[in-house]
Amino acid sequence: MDNILSFFSENLQMVYIVILMIFVGVEVIGHVPSVLHTPLMSGANAIHGVIIVGAILVMLNADPNNYFALGLGFVAVLLGTLNVVGGFVVTDRMLEMFKKKK
Amino acid sequence: MEYIFSLEVIYLIASVTFILGLKLLGKPQTARKGNLIAAFGMSLAIFGTIFLYKSEVNNMVYILIAIAILIGTILGWLIAKRVAMTKMPELVSLFNGMGGASAALIGIIEFPHFNQEPLLLMTIVLGMIIGSISFSGSIIAYAKLNGSLKKPIRISGYNFINNIFLLILLVYAFSLGFGWLQAGWHVYLLFFMAILYGVLFVIPIGGADMPVVISLLNSFTGLAAAFAGFLYNNMALLTGGILVGSAGTILTFAMCKAMNRPLANVIFGAFGDVKTKAISSS
Repeated sequence: MDNILSFFSENLQMVYIVILMIFVGVEVIGHVPSVLHTPLMSGANAIHGVIIVGAILVMLNADPNNYFALGLGFVAVLLGTLNVVGGFVVTDRMLEMFKKKK
Repeated sequence: MEYIFSLEVIYLIASVTFILGLKLLGKPQTARKGNLIAAFGMSLAIFGTIFLYKSEVNNMVYILIAIAILIGTILGWLIAKRVAMTKMPELVSLFNGMGGASAALIGIIEFPHFNQEPLLLMTIVLGMIIGSISFSGSIIAYAKLNGSLKKPIRISGYNFINNIFLLILLVYAFSLGFGWLQAGWHVYLLFFMAILYGVLFVIPIGGADMPVVISLLNSFTGLAAAFAGFLYNNMALLTGGILVGSAGTILTFAMCKAMNRPLANVIFGAFGDVKTKAISSS
């Protein structure tokens, strides 16, 4: 319990950000026409590719002699890049199609 | 972790572009612009991290990162450009799985480094299992949309077994997160269990419901990214992850509503009467 309380007071800023961001996410998505559901999902998919920043941090923090961590980090960065690049390109293509249909 | 002002500003800009991008994606006229804005913010965050985060890193590491990004960019670009229009939802699922796997790998690498800090250990463990579930679930969803896995599998009592397995997984994860189990191999066992659960979670669900499942797994990966943000005290990861987590959840509910079915029905309802109801309503 003490652990949780001290965690709360030390990271109060983050707790605020988390709660406010939840509301922002809800507000941003509310009342979207259902035709846009799939592109929106795809766009959100690309945005969580921000995990690649975490993967890069892992690699930058890793000990240069720790080949295991570097190898896994390499794969993580590669997969994260696939997520980001693929996600944004697919979304763009979907929206392109959408425009033509209109 | 030291505080670098210019990098923090970049993360702030990136967070704003994510929110703005999602907002613009919600309107047909501005959707494309929104996507580009978010992509811009993302590149800013990536290159900012590479060039500003640390000055004294071995050059080999930079070369490895550059190679990984280069391969990923070319591969992702080619796959996304070449695939047929009708195959796009399964591609989204595949890319979602890649993000989940990335989060899981981060957890595996970082686990041994935080053995003494229970709360950080917990964020690592949770991020890792959510990422793993998202990874294997997305791959199954991809296979289902692809047509390689056609029939929903139905065994009586499936949900019960599945939920028991989830319970065991969670208890195991928490005992690892609190630091009660110290040995290094536990994290690998947990990783494989989470992978297995992702498979079990998606396999009974029919192909027509896959978009909802993908949207749900999408918000899972967002959550995994947010846990990584907690771990590194990184605002871009935290805001981007939580944003996708909450927006993805709302989107999942909106999709269910468009199909006239509650979410629990989609996930647990691959049995008997539910199926007929779904057919008659469509």
